[in-house]
Amino acid sequence: MTSTAATETHLIRGASLLGGEPTDLLLADGRIAAVGDAAAADERAQQATVVDADGLIALPGMVDLHTHLREPGREDAETVETGTRAAALGGFTAVHAMANSNPVADTAGVVEQVWSLGRRSGWVDVRPVGAVTVGLAGERLSELGAMAESRAAVRVFSDDGICVHDPVLMRRALEYVKSFDGVVAQHAQEPRLTEGAQMNEGTVSAVLGLPGWPAVAEESIIARDVLLAEHVDSRLHVCHVSTAGSVDIIRWAKSRGINVTAEVTPHHLLLTDEKARTYNPVYKVNPPLRREKDVMALREALADGTIDIIGTDHAPHPTEAKECEWAQAAMGMTGLETALSVVQHTMIETGMMTWADFARVTSTTPAEIGLVADQGRPLAVGEPANITLVDADARWTVDPEAMATMGRNSPFSGLELPGRVRATFFHGTATVLDGELNTPRTAGEWA
Amino acid sequence: MKHLLSTYDLGREDAVRILDVAEEMATVGTREIKKLPALRGRTVATLFFEDSTRTRISFEAAAKRLSADVINFAAKGSSVSKGESLKDTAQTLEAIGAEAVVIRHGASGAAARLAETDWISSAVVNAGDGTHEHPTQALLDAFTLRQHWARVKGVDPLGTGLDGMSVVIVGDVLHSRVARSNLWLLKTLGADVTFVAPPTLLPIGADAWPCTINYDLDDALAAGPDAVMMLRVQAERMNAAYFPSTAEYSRRWGFDDARLAMLDARGLDDTIILHPGPMNRGLEISAGAADSPRAVVLQQVSNGVAVRMAVLYLLLSGDH
Ligand SMILES: [Zn+2]
Repeated sequence: MTSTAATETHLIRGASLLGGEPTDLLLADGRIAAVGDAAAADERAQQATVVDADGLIALPGMVDLHTHLREPGREDAETVETGTRAAALGGFTAVHAMANSNPVADTAGVVEQVWSLGRRSGWVDVRPVGAVTVGLAGERLSELGAMAESRAAVRVFSDDGICVHDPVLMRRALEYVKSFDGVVAQHAQEPRLTEGAQMNEGTVSAVLGLPGWPAVAEESIIARDVLLAEHVDSRLHVCHVSTAGSVDIIRWAKSRGINVTAEVTPHHLLLTDEKARTYNPVYKVNPPLRREKDVMALREALADGTIDIIGTDHAPHPTEAKECEWAQAAMGMTGLETALSVVQHTMIETGMMTWADFARVTSTTPAEIGLVADQGRPLAVGEPANITLVDADARWTVDPEAMATMGRNSPFSGLELPGRVRATFFHGTATVLDGELNTPRTAGEWA
Repeated sequence: MKHLLSTYDLGREDAVRILDVAEEMATVGTREIKKLPALRGRTVATLFFEDSTRTRISFEAAAKRLSADVINFAAKGSSVSKGESLKDTAQTLEAIGAEAVVIRHGASGAAARLAETDWISSAVVNAGDGTHEHPTQALLDAFTLRQHWARVKGVDPLGTGLDGMSVVIVGDVLHSRVARSNLWLLKTLGADVTFVAPPTLLPIGADAWPCTINYDLDDALAAGPDAVMMLRVQAERMNAAYFPSTAEYSRRWGFDDARLAMLDARGLDDTIILHPGPMNRGLEISAGAADSPRAVVLQQVSNGVAVRMAVLYLLLSGDH
């Protein structure tokens, strides 16, 4: 692209908004300037780059509440630059960078560093998540207020990877974040019940002789936490819900009026613990892949709103972290570049959700939970131009080697999936065009 | 057969073939010159990440009786040392000339990783992986059981399975690769299997297994099994609250003198006692039971060499 991004204007022709009737969109000055016949008629359309969106679906840019960007500290696994390139290609315009970096994102300094790395890269909004406890050690609260008041304006706090298992500490965290409308995102895992745990505890672990990670270890923490959230009248977010029992507890909590939101990963919507039979650690993840019954319950819960959002839990690892015995392998899977396809495959192609529902669970609601002001907005005149164009009819075979993330640990490798991101617009900048990385938003464009 | 990783997916035909070849191999052990030229010039590597002198020397003896060269690689602890991976170690052995790798590893699935990745092209024999499987132990147990069963029935063991035999396996099933491998193999060969254990030492999910589960050893013995296999119990399990004390364990799940007397009193003269060794005398088995004529522990050990000869022979002689 030769045009200077700051004045970039795009005329998107014939996109179907959320899967509805085809229409035109004019993007100018980072906003949606016109919709419908007014778009082409607008005088700014004369200079616009025309994007042929015939047959493509326009969605609000996806917002991930759960991404591991690994920087600082594990730049051998991922950097903010590579992770956000992957995000843009996956259709995202914002990601929340989890706090388990090295150093841990538990101070205003670290979250501002991550935030400014995100700005410098310019592919998506990078919203740092602050650690709940110092060093993720589960002992003392981090300076939550300082992170909230920093330039990174942190609103989501999590010790993800580790459960805030001390009930008193969890209670205090839930109470404290109320002063800036923050939310604690809990990785629900009772530590004693999961010592040495390698996979879901059930019929498959029994055969494989791998120590089990029982569903009750997740469910008991969620049950405790929703009751704590009710007691202190705060807001709780449950990361990567993985069991049918957890769904029941969250459904009950919501029916009781408890302010809880929940997320599910794409991999938990598709894969089961049967995958562990290969002993290939690409299927090792925390929480682990569960039973078919759980997968079906998670899909239903996402469709009926019990589970609010998709969170990728994108967790890139260097090759050697997976090229070993199962027990020694790192936990986690990449997910940014496959999320859309897996959700389309499991939720839309099954008739359980529409593209409008997709927009709700991948954009609108995650932006609301994370209080990301200019993301997850409707595709309407005057709104920020954060848009993803999807070819829902495309089919592709997942090849981890071809991905922008540095992680090669995709559990979907070799799988044929529907749906490809053709373009991503981030505040009007085409970060992705024709399915390829295009240009980042440049420093000057940030307000 | 390219590898021997588990008994879970070992078919009856292959299993009987291994046992039949082992019968022939067993006769070599009784000759004055205990050696066959079958694998002359071939190289077998033993790769032991866990200490198990018994299993290693059994494989080594098996390979040597077939005239193969043996490389022993012992790596103590769960990994060689931080830095060298399983992949590197296996590739090193193959570069030295190994054509079959016999691996013992503390991690479940380690043998499967070697076999199913493109790290090496050698035949892989699982000599025990974590709490998953120990297929040659199950094969030697099945071999021992088959000889006994054939004797009881007055038939030639060759070509037969364990149809109609009832086997009770007692102890720490949760952590036992021997129990898992025996379950699949003995079922495949037609035996009925009963597991007896405290509920804490049975895996969640075992209710889906093709066996009977009984918490009461006396009840299981009263049914008159043809064989009783006692599993080794690690005393440290007590500290993880799997059972209250070794004394209580031994009283409820140990094969003690009273239970031995009970077999005698019921006239169950053909019931044999197996143990994969090493035995904790006084914990899961009393000295009286271990030393009784019913115990076939030493036969198991010598049969182990014959069975491992058969496995190495079948894996290495086919592909040249
Ligand atoms: Zn987590």
